[in-house]
Amino acid sequence: MKKEGQVRIPSGCAIAAVISRKGNKMSGELITNAMKPMHDRSNGLGGGFAGYGIYPEYKDFYAFHIFFNSRATRKDCEQLLKESFEIVQAEIIPTRKIPAITDEPLIWRYFVSPFKSVLKSLQIDEKELVARTVMMINTSVNGAYVFSSGKNMGTFKAVGFPEDVGVFYKLEKYEGYSWTAHGRYPTNTPGWWGGCHPFTLLDYSIVHNGEISSYDANRRAIEMFGYKCSLQTDTEVITYIMDYLIRRQNLTYKEAASIIAAPFWSTISSKDEKEKQLLTYLRTMFSDFLITGPFSIVLGFNGGLMALNDRLKLRSMVVGEKDDKVFIASEEAAIRTMEPDAENIYAPSGGEPVIVKVEEDI
Amino acid sequence: MGIDYMYPEFEVVRNRERCINCRICEKECANGVHIFNEEKNCFAVDESKCVNCQRCVCFCPTHALKIVKSDCRLRENANWHESTVKEIFKQARSGGVLLSSMGNPNKLPVYWDKILINASQVTNPPIDPLREPMETRVFLGMKSHKIKRKENGEIDCTVPPLLELSMPVMFAAMSYGSISYNAHESLARAAEKLGIYYNTGEGGLHEDFYCYGENTIVQVASGRFGVHNDYLKAGAAVEIKMGQGAKPGIGGHLPGTKIVGDVSKTRMIPEGSDAISPAPHHDIYSIEDLRQLVYSIKEATNYQKPVMVKVAAVHNIAAIASGIARSGADIIVIDGFRGGTGAAPTRIRDNVGIPIELALAAVDQRLRDEGIRNRVSLVASGSIRSAADVVKAIALGADACYVATAALIAMGCHLCRNCQSGTCNWGIATQKPELTKRLDPDTGSERLINLMTAWKNEIKEIMGGMGINSIEALRGNRLMLRGIGLNENELRILGIAHAGE
Amino acid sequence: MIINAENLDYKALNDLIRSSSEDIQITNCCGHRFIAAGMENKSVTINGIPGNALGAYLNGGSITVNSNAQDAVGDTMNNGSIVIHGNAGDAVGYAMRGGEIFIKGNAGYRAGIHMKQYKDKVPVMVIGGYAGSFLGEYQAGGLIIVLGINIGSKKILGNFPCTGMHGGAVFVRSSCDGIKLPGQVTVSPASDEDMSLIEKHIVKYCGLFGCDADEILKEKFTVIRPDSKNPYKQMYVAN
Repeated sequence: MKKEGQVRIPSGCAIAAVISRKGNKMSGELITNAMKPMHDRSNGLGGGFAGYGIYPEYKDFYAFHIFFNSRATRKDCEQLLKESFEIVQAEIIPTRKIPAITDEPLIWRYFVSPFKSVLKSLQIDEKELVARTVMMINTSVNGAYVFSSGKNMGTFKAVGFPEDVGVFYKLEKYEGYSWTAHGRYPTNTPGWWGGCHPFTLLDYSIVHNGEISSYDANRRAIEMFGYKCSLQTDTEVITYIMDYLIRRQNLTYKEAASIIAAPFWSTISSKDEKEKQLLTYLRTMFSDFLITGPFSIVLGFNGGLMALNDRLKLRSMVVGEKDDKVFIASEEAAIRTMEPDAENIYAPSGGEPVIVKVEEDI
Repeated sequence: MGIDYMYPEFEVVRNRERCINCRICEKECANGVHIFNEEKNCFAVDESKCVNCQRCVCFCPTHALKIVKSDCRLRENANWHESTVKEIFKQARSGGVLLSSMGNPNKLPVYWDKILINASQVTNPPIDPLREPMETRVFLGMKSHKIKRKENGEIDCTVPPLLELSMPVMFAAMSYGSISYNAHESLARAAEKLGIYYNTGEGGLHEDFYCYGENTIVQVASGRFGVHNDYLKAGAAVEIKMGQGAKPGIGGHLPGTKIVGDVSKTRMIPEGSDAISPAPHHDIYSIEDLRQLVYSIKEATNYQKPVMVKVAAVHNIAAIASGIARSGADIIVIDGFRGGTGAAPTRIRDNVGIPIELALAAVDQRLRDEGIRNRVSLVASGSIRSAADVVKAIALGADACYVATAALIAMGCHLCRNCQSGTCNWGIATQKPELTKRLDPDTGSERLINLMTAWKNEIKEIMGGMGINSIEALRGNRLMLRGIGLNENELRILGIAHAGE
Repeated sequence: MIINAENLDYKALNDLIRSSSEDIQITNCCGHRFIAAGMENKSVTINGIPGNALGAYLNGGSITVNSNAQDAVGDTMNNGSIVIHGNAGDAVGYAMRGGEIFIKGNAGYRAGIHMKQYKDKVPVMVIGGYAGSFLGEYQAGGLIIVLGINIGSKKILGNFPCTGMHGGAVFVRSSCDGIKLPGQVTVSPASDEDMSLIEKHIVKYCGLFGCDADEILKEKFTVIRPDSKNPYKQMYVAN
């Protein structure tokens, strides 16, 4: 049977997210519990979380979370990392043995800082070096998989139901100002830890629900720009597209949203002249990145979240608020679990991005 | 009669009981197959002149006529086919190079027929195109990813010159001269109504058709017939024709018999003079010279028009296309070996070039490997026969398709493959006034509009089945395709998996 | 208006030419392509070496080059005049359909290839020196005149002149002995009637470049014309 990456595995899902506009910290337990009422949206073949602001003591270092299938692979991979990075801390990510989660790989994290000399000789900035290193390890180091690589954030994922994954990773011990979560319902898979969500690159993390119909058009387009879609998942390709549009093209989150969930031409034609010009420009110049088919995503990044539905709104997604917090989930029940008194519950329209940013830099 | 006498290929079967001697068949056949004998009050027939264009069949009011393939055959031989022997007869008699029309009719693989399309089941929803939005609008031209921001932070929304198509199909180049005024008018009017484009071919643009300029692609070929500044500016885009799928490496030759009246004027050569297009552009002997021609056109048109470069699909097409993409072309047209022609040497037509499916797949992948696919749009041509072919071409990586043979058929062509004779009974590939008037541009354009409208609906239906609601999400989406009965090499080149995988 | 092309790329130079309403002098030209492409009127004088495709699709006005010119001068030009006080490169006057080109010196390969004419619109190219091989290949109309002035021992025409010629005429100021011409053309000494076609162009050439027209017209000219407008008609058989 082919493993994830050798074959494309469609899957359905549950997503949830929470952010504090004031940057107040929340324990990972909150988001873990939010996944419980959506149990039936997952099938036990994948769950995961991303937390932002969780590594304040190492906030200036890139935090690499890596799965290894053996000690030897870890040694090789560390050697490779040391060629471009100073490793200031290397440790096993603490987990808890529970019956629901088994067959775990070696799970390590490294806090690293790129060597200036390497950046200078390659003539790239440090984010680009990190992105290239992640891509290189994930495509060419057999048995190693980098599943998190941003600053002051981290992803935790495993094969299992999401609420168990949270317990497995002891998320109650982490404090973040923003969290995203994912429960997976793949149609068929031997279950591979790397294939779970969130999918991340640098500080961008994506949780996603739905199977997009534009996948191969998007994949073949983004792979022109140095990305390698080794997992063949929607989440992976969406993450790379967002990285390309936001980090490399310097587009705003809103502009990027109007590319991947571009309004219909008929909608564009009804806008005022200026808006029409901009939307036409973005849609024509970046037409390869239009994503069709059902999706609801939450994109996490340092200092904020963006939630977005496909333009036909083929997946469910609700947003709610309470005080400084904003909640997003596939189902309202998940929001109520996090905050029974959530207010202003609404379902954003298709293609309408919900962008929430922390008021000050954290 | 002599040693190379050949029994006619077709026989005319006349049902005497039905025939009312109305003589319509006689009038309709410009080849002189039906001859009415007034004395005997019955028809004689010269079947040696019959090309099986079906004109008499279609216009016989009592359905008294049919044309059948003659059963008088040479002794069967799996090596020496009858057609091969007959070709030798023709050449032994004349010493001539065999000349044929329309696309390669031989039994060679049609990959479109070995590719199957996907549809959504359960994991994501199909879309009903009748009740949900479904977009087929396409922009052709360079897609720049260089974001420029003004001082106030707004994006500078200036786009490079683009062609906007309501659906990903255009009418391919057919020159005025090779086809008639009325055929051109039909194409031009249909293109305007449909919001797509037709192509002048290399015969220039008749002054009456400048008004369709917004829906016209003007072609510059090696003979430069009818090319001047106003012509370049008249169209929405300029296409440089480097080659044609039906005759890669071969120029064009419109016999002087078709250079009459307005054709002569439009081409700006005297009546009766042959219109010869050299095999190469004599200012292009190398790829950097192509850049020179592309930019000379851009300069002459003040960078207002996208420049297209059309090449025949040949063995090294991927590298060639990459060179073209780096030469300033905005749109590359690849014409496969089954594409049609008004006249081409038979041996060239039937033996040179490669199928569009493989060429398109190879080019699209190569441009992606080199990271320059967004610099150009790709147009596939060379026997796109149906909406399904269009969908498959887009999914392999084309931005749009060109159709010509299908358009001719819509206007009445019955694929008799005798365009070179100049006596097209359907009034399309001829300049004889008594024949050209048979194609009424009102009817011609209406039938073209009908055909394209039907294809558009079919494209939407197929896209809807895949859960795709905009054509750009189909472009290059090869996961939506599976091969059937293809070997590993073919699958690898097409970049698709086999059905069942 | 004087344009110093030294620090301009061709696009910038051509933008200036397009936007100017007066006549133009270009200085320090060095390889700038497509100068005056598609120009309708105006007069452009070039000092320095213009790049390829000078005056492509020229539609009127005049271009004067005070030096040699490179390849593809007057490509597909429709009207106007180009005067070169030096030599021209390959494929000068390719597919020219109107206007005139005067070259003081020599032309490279494939001069006047596929020139054509229609009714009174007859392009003219006068080459003062010698012409390279394939002169007038595929020629479908127009006049090409080669004068052979100051060419020393060089042959006035290169190899394979007039191959595929099916219209127009080539005049050569030579008896053309030893020059191999293809089968589908007729070669004859120019008659008085023939000479009346080209006299004014030679007078103009001499006026432009300062030489004696009478002296030049004294020599015998040979005229080459196609013997058929349909040279390939017999080559094909319908299949």
